[in-house]
Parts: sequence; structure tokens; C-alpha cells
Amino acid sequence: MTTQNEWPLWEVFVRTKAGLDHKHCGSLHATDAKMAIQLARDVYTRRQEGSSLWVVRSDQIVASDPGDKAMFFDPMEDKVYRHPTFYALPESVDHM
Amino acid sequence: MSPTLMPTSIQPSRDPAVQYVLRLADTCLILGQRLGEWCGHAPVLEEDIALTNTALDLIGQARALLTHAGQIGAQKGAPLLGEDQLAFLREERDYLNVTLVELPRGDFAFTVVRNAMVATFLKLMWQRLAESSDAELAAIAGKAVKEARYHQQHAGDWVVRLGDGTAESRQRVEAALESLWRYTPELLEDDAVDEQAAASGLGPRWSELRVPWLADMAMLLDEAGLVVPKDSAFRSTGKRGVHSEHMGHILPEMQYLQRAYPGGTW
Repeated sequence: MTTQNEWPLWEVFVRTKAGLDHKHCGSLHATDAKMAIQLARDVYTRRQEGSSLWVVRSDQIVASDPGDKAMFFDPMEDKVYRHPTFYALPESVDHM
Repeated sequence: MSPTLMPTSIQPSRDPAVQYVLRLADTCLILGQRLGEWCGHAPVLEEDIALTNTALDLIGQARALLTHAGQIGAQKGAPLLGEDQLAFLREERDYLNVTLVELPRGDFAFTVVRNAMVATFLKLMWQRLAESSDAELAAIAGKAVKEARYHQQHAGDWVVRLGDGTAESRQRVEAALESLWRYTPELLEDDAVDEQAAASGLGPRWSELRVPWLADMAMLLDEAGLVVPKDSAFRSTGKRGVHSEHMGHILPEMQYLQRAYPGGTW
């Protein structure tokens, strides 16, 4: 439930170390972007989880419709040939 | 055989170097204790965690400084005292924190204004102590300055937000500033303890932080649309061990466990 006075919701992405991806780790409420970054630091990196943070307003995220799940994702079920492991490799291509 | 009474209170060395370090240690310790009171009571969950993170940083700094104060005391011939003894077994007059940090936590505006004042002071202090002739103190400062810089930013942003917010937030932050300002000269003046520290290269006279502290605070208050309050003739004396009536109420709560279970660890 949201009320009119509630601060906007932000999604938080944390990168654990250089070279890795930012991973979604949760959300929080904050009044503005600067506060969201600071609170993300305080809430989600207390145990050295992070070296970089992204925050994005939750209402700015466009998500797929759960109702489209069957249409969107089920057709891939029988297309195992799309996995690279499906094909036998020539012996000369070792350890792929 | 008659039972041996455990010493209930300890007295720290009165050496100026010990006092210099204890003033800083106790200022961190008591503000940490005050901020801990917000745990579970902050306006929003996220800020609750942010405030207790700050409290834990301050208590971490206090631990390092208290341990070091105990060691300096021992070098000067006093019995070696550990961080727990110094934190929990002294009497009120032997705590040397500035009065500012022992004032009751007040409302959220009061809390963030005080945090901004103390974080600004500590940031400047740690920057100077990073060049201390005492290698251990310099190492503590090098680590703590990063924490203080964040505390200053986080608290400062709140001061701006409240100053530039609603009529109520502005009224609250103005009232907090007005009542806290008269306790700040204690952070910015020196005495014989500072003279000794400056002479030995241990650290700066606190008065040397006056100009940069006022500059930082003026910039912050200007951004928040607040006016720097007028100076008053009042001088608080916590760092010389003479505290406000509030100090006596913090200590029983803070010391209860060590007093009830002497030497207890967990």
C-alpha cells in the first residue's frame, strides 16, 4: 500500500568488485537520487558488499507483463539447439 | 577468607597526552551512544540504519582511541587500562567529551544539525591527526577521516533538506541550530592540554580548527538558507570533566552491564 506522503521507491544495484556486473539486490525509499545513493550505501553495503552502486526510480523500470509469460517465454522450451553445447565439436576445437 | 572487592571505578592518567586523546575518544563514544538511541526510532527504516551505521563508526573510533589512551597512560607510568575499563568504569568527572555530544538526542533536526557540527569538527581533526608524531594516532586518523567525511556529507544533506523543506522542518532546524550553536565554542578553543599536544606534535590545538570549521559550517548553512547564529558568552566545559546534568543520565545506561557483570565479555 502506498500513501501520498510516502517517498518514492528506488531499485538498488550493487557491483561487488571491478569487472563484475551490477546486480539487483533490493529496493528502498528516498526523496531524491542523492539520498537514494547514500541510503543504498548504508542499507546494502554494510558488509563490504560493494564497490559501486546504481539506483533507479522503480517507476522508471519497464517490466514484462506476467500475463505474457506463456507467450513470451514458453516457446523457447523446445529449442535446445540454441544452446552452444547442443552441437558436437570437431576434435581439433578442444575444451570449448 | 574475606571476599575481595572488585575495584568498581578506575581513574585514568592525568597526563596531558592521555587527556588530549580521551577528549576525542569520549566525544566519539558519547555521540555514538546518543545516536544509538535512534535505533528503531528513526523516521524511516533506511535512515534508522544510516544513523546506527554512524553510531557504530563513532564507537569504532572511540575503541581505537581508548585503547591507545590506555597505552599512552601506561607508557607514562600509570597502570595499563583497556578500552572496556576506560569506556565503562570511569566516573562522570573523568569523561572528557565536549558537552555538545551529551545533550539529549532531541528531534531529528537536532540530531542532524549536531551530527553535521561534530562530523565537520572530526573530519578536520582527523585530517590533522593523520600527520601526528604518534604513528598509532596517525593510523587511526587515516581510517577515521573517510568515515567522518561521509558523516559530514550525510548529515549536511539533511540540514539542507530540512532548511529548504517545509515550514515545519525549517522551524525545527532553526531551533536546533539556535540551541546547539552555544555549545560549539568548546570545540574551537584551546588550553594547556592543547599546548602540550602541539608542542610534542601529537596533534593540533583545537583552536586551529576554528577557521576551517566556521568556513565549512557557513557554507552548509548558506546552502540550507540558514543564518549563522550569534556568538554567546556561554562556555561549556565537558572536555575538562565538568558536564551538564545530562551526562549523569547517560552513564548508568551505558555502564550498566560492566557494573553488573564486572569483566563480562560476549
